[in-house]
Amino acid sequence: MKNKKTIDRRSFIEHSAKITAAGFMLSSLPANSKKLFSIEGEIKIAVVGCGGRGTGAVSQALEADPDVRLVAMADAFKDRADDCLQSLNEKYPNSDKINITQETIFTGFDAYKNAIDMADVVILTTPPAFRPMHFEYAINQNKHVFMEKPVATDVAGIRKIIKVGKEAKRKKLNVVVGLQRHYQKNYKSVKSLIDRGKIGKIISGQVYWNSGGVWVRPREKGQTELEYQMRNWYYFNWLCGDHIVEQHIHNIDVANWFIGSTPLSAQGMGGREVRNGKDHGQIFDHHFVEFTYPEGQVIASQCRHQKGCMNRVEEVFQGSRGSITLNSGHYGVIKNKRNKIVYNHDGEKDINPYQQEHNELFAAIKSGEYRMNDTSRGAEATMTAILGRMATYSGKVITWNEAMEMDHNLVPELHSFNDTAPVLPNSKGEYPVPIPGITNYR
Amino acid sequence: MKSLKKYSHFFSTFILGIATISDISFSQQSNFTLYEQNIFGSDAKIRMVPVNGGRFTLGSPKNEKGRNKDEGPVHDVLVDDFWMAEIEVTWDLYELFLNRTSDQAKGEKGNIQIDIDGVSGATQPYVNYNKNGYPTINITQYAASQFCKWLTAKTGNYYRLPTEAEWEYACRGGSQKAYSFGNKSKNITKYAWYNKNSDGKTHKGGQKLPNAHGLYDMHGNVAEWVLDSYSPETYIVWGKGANNPVKKNQALYPRVVRGGSYKDDLNKLRSASRGYSTHRWKQRDPQVPKSLWWHVDATHIGFRIVRPRIEPKKEDLNKMWVRPKKEY
Repeated sequence: MKNKKTIDRRSFIEHSAKITAAGFMLSSLPANSKKLFSIEGEIKIAVVGCGGRGTGAVSQALEADPDVRLVAMADAFKDRADDCLQSLNEKYPNSDKINITQETIFTGFDAYKNAIDMADVVILTTPPAFRPMHFEYAINQNKHVFMEKPVATDVAGIRKIIKVGKEAKRKKLNVVVGLQRHYQKNYKSVKSLIDRGKIGKIISGQVYWNSGGVWVRPREKGQTELEYQMRNWYYFNWLCGDHIVEQHIHNIDVANWFIGSTPLSAQGMGGREVRNGKDHGQIFDHHFVEFTYPEGQVIASQCRHQKGCMNRVEEVFQGSRGSITLNSGHYGVIKNKRNKIVYNHDGEKDINPYQQEHNELFAAIKSGEYRMNDTSRGAEATMTAILGRMATYSGKVITWNEAMEMDHNLVPELHSFNDTAPVLPNSKGEYPVPIPGITNYR
Repeated sequence: MKSLKKYSHFFSTFILGIATISDISFSQQSNFTLYEQNIFGSDAKIRMVPVNGGRFTLGSPKNEKGRNKDEGPVHDVLVDDFWMAEIEVTWDLYELFLNRTSDQAKGEKGNIQIDIDGVSGATQPYVNYNKNGYPTINITQYAASQFCKWLTAKTGNYYRLPTEAEWEYACRGGSQKAYSFGNKSKNITKYAWYNKNSDGKTHKGGQKLPNAHGLYDMHGNVAEWVLDSYSPETYIVWGKGANNPVKKNQALYPRVVRGGSYKDDLNKLRSASRGYSTHRWKQRDPQVPKSLWWHVDATHIGFRIVRPRIEPKKEDLNKMWVRPKKEY
């Protein structure tokens, strides 16, 4: 560990030197923009994490600017990278946008380094456990970044993301985090109306991600324990962060955004009522958290993965002079104190926010300007969700400051599928599941 | 409720009468009445309304108010007898297919035998709903059709989506006017949920007045999938007359939806009005390939099932079920 740190510091100093040199020549342009424009205007991208979302993000990057070229892919699994390439070839047949050969498909635990090295912009879309490591490497290598939410699964990861995010800012590297509601018109319009006092001050709110749940990838013969967990990653805390972090982060993030702060503390309850199959790992199927904010505002956050119940993915806030309801279906309604609609967002023609986040990123990169760094927003939203998870797992009140001081590190260094997985099943194949009142954090 | 008895009588005749095709036709003919389709392993029932086939004028005349050019030229079309579900397929019903908890429950079946385990299962939807009695929304045409296939495997009766011609015939209920209830659009609020009375949402099925066949919400609430691909020239191609026409092609977009929805103005609710799908309905799906099962921005789209009175031959069962098509 110590050795690694030293090396990191050395390479960091080398990078800093290069940046300073470039900085003299190109004034405010980021270090690698010279490179960007010298290659016939092509912007090279690499994707790290080739699942459905990674493939989607590549496609949005390619749509964002005609000069974008995919030059490298990395995934822990070869078949995932192959599927991704096949989908992209179907979508862009005979296109020069996909510059991939077998030599530029990298697989395994260190694959991300090779892929990142080849690109100007990297797309980080693996399960969130690996995001801090990938982000750190990308910024060290002076790459612009699009990374999916959540940005970590534990506090150690959050601390790394914050540190690297500051480095990105210093280096003037654009960073977009895939909390796409920030790039969606109904949210932005309603937020600006709140800022102008349309509902007074937000007093309370309710945020929801209640749905039937997600895919399961059952154990297959010949898999090592670690491979199984990385395939069926949604059900392992170290990889996924539980669904309160992996999905519900979107809604919790809106609470932070609209209130203008992270919470001071969280308390809540949760458990596994129907999520009890042999491929269901260790995550809960429901969480209910109260987040308390600095001016006493309380946000009730609920997320559920249970089939046959009410589905609702939405954010609702009450202010001193009215209320708001928002959802990702371009919906945004403001009501006054008499419950009368005073604003109803017409989103029929609004641009797809997943596209918009890439449009803005690549416009910034093309212009050679430093325009965005979503890192702290992404870290705060992720940490808020982790705080909520700590509250439901432990059944205790946990403060933000306490949590940020914790030695909470779920993700080990991994080099091979034969490495020991960080959680192991008992003789009955059951994984350790948090128990409120018994699970503790300090 | 009176018809329930008739239905059980029909069912037993139906099951005994499998000797020849003509026997089946005969037994069906004598029992072409409203019935309730049971789904073993659940208490759900689907009320199926008989629609006596016949020849009618498909499309709208040039002078119909609010008309689009794609509704012409009007021409004669023959459709055969079929049953149609009284209301749009609801979430509670669709969830039986989604969650597959009743698959192994056995009971009296019709004579079509397909393996229920061979019907691919849908993923969980990403849409806000409070399910009981409300129409399934955001659904793809494929997912709607797979429900029909599953229901066929479950019940032994052949279910599918209606053709565009069947749908319009059923909607009209014998009326060649703009709506099943005539031309007076001010009556629409008695029959339909549309943009002026829906409060921007879907409503429980069957709360407004039915048409002459006894079908509810054919106008409004959710626009309904049919089997046909959309072309503004469909009726030009079909020409002067057609028997049980259906226009199918490989392209995933555009395909036809009918009846208009809670979001639409009353012109789009007319019996002849033709809606169609677009890529935009799935643009916010962040994954590639995109979901086979769910749209993201099609909260106004649902479906309704039909059962043709004459069952297709075994080798033709798949012809009227929608094939999956990957979308990138």
